[in-house]
Amino acid sequence: MSASHALLALLEQGPRHGYDLKRSYDERFGHFRELRYGQVYSTLARLLKNGLVQVAEEPGAGPDRKIYAITDAGVTDVATWLAQPETPEPYLQSTLYTKVVLALLTGRSANEVLDVQRSEHLQLMRRLTERKRTGDVADRLVCDHALFHLEADLRWLELTAARLDELAAEVRA
Amino acid sequence: MTASPSLPPQAATGAAVLLEAREVSHRFGPTRALDGASVQVAAGEVLCLMGSSGSGKSTLLQCLAGILRPDGGTVRYGGRDVHAMSDTERSALRRHEFGFVFQFGQLVPELTCLENVALPLRLEGVRRPEARRRALEHLERLGVADVAGKRPGQVSGGQGQRVAVARALITRPSVIFADEPTGALDSLNGERVIEALVGAARDIGTAVVLVTHEARVAAYSDREAIVRDGRVREQVMAS
Repeated sequence: MSASHALLALLEQGPRHGYDLKRSYDERFGHFRELRYGQVYSTLARLLKNGLVQVAEEPGAGPDRKIYAITDAGVTDVATWLAQPETPEPYLQSTLYTKVVLALLTGRSANEVLDVQRSEHLQLMRRLTERKRTGDVADRLVCDHALFHLEADLRWLELTAARLDELAAEVRA
Repeated sequence: MTASPSLPPQAATGAAVLLEAREVSHRFGPTRALDGASVQVAAGEVLCLMGSSGSGKSTLLQCLAGILRPDGGTVRYGGRDVHAMSDTERSALRRHEFGFVFQFGQLVPELTCLENVALPLRLEGVRRPEARRRALEHLERLGVADVAGKRPGQVSGGQGQRVAVARALITRPSVIFADEPTGALDSLNGERVIEALVGAARDIGTAVVLVTHEARVAAYSDREAIVRDGRVREQVMAS
């Protein structure tokens, strides 16, 4: 999961201290894994170097005093990340969940995120189905295992799509 | 939502558009089931309509198949407005050009499986021995020749669905409409039915419009169209 994209997207809501950013991240996505302070500041330093964030204000000395703001290039980077489907793989839901929440928070279409991902999953499922159709029983069983897992992802995705209004109300509260 | 009001999601590139819904709307009393849905089906392609329950996907299938008359918009088959045809013309279209597979309950319980499959040919005036011969061929192709003499109530759900697929294919239709054809079956039987349906349709170049909520079944399609709030959203491709 890309913590740097998530931190960047959280900055779209407004400039923040690194400390606030970490807290906001942990509140929303910490059930997967909390961030370490060191990781937050090193990520912000990298984003700064790449021109995706800028220091909006520096009232005192030290990295923890800086207020970071997202740049136009940063906003574009978030949009690109959200529009790009993830490679289907196990335990993808943490990344997808993060993307859906951040799309809602930043006023983008969460349905788009889910649609792009559905399409990506189905493409892989079509390839596996074709391999299964032309393969022997062993091939079929191996492909079936992958297909059932991908189907579980898609079920989660459909359920999330059905609950988007509820989730939007919650994350925007 | 990015569903476009004017441009229907494109059929697979290169193939001619066979069937097209444009801005189709339909209400059931106060409920708006379709609200400007547009979609194209190319000759020979397998298109899957997906969407949550209540999204309008079955209603869209029924409008495309000339079963339901939309309140607004047009459905064209081979360039002709399906709902501007006379009832006789539309019935003939459904009998000759379209085939249907539903979740269950489509076989005539009093007839044997063989007679069920032969029925569409008999209605077209094909003589009995010829109709039975061709029906048996189709049952063989779908791996259910052994139930030819049994009645639908005496066969399993999976066998019954394969008999229904044989019956849908026997007139060599241009389009098969399949609404949750595996909905009442377990994984293995569902797979056999969808494999038989799509495999046989591809062999004879029949297009399939498939409604399913099962991703593993949808994976047999060439393309999916997502129905949401009565509209079809454009297929999203990763940039």
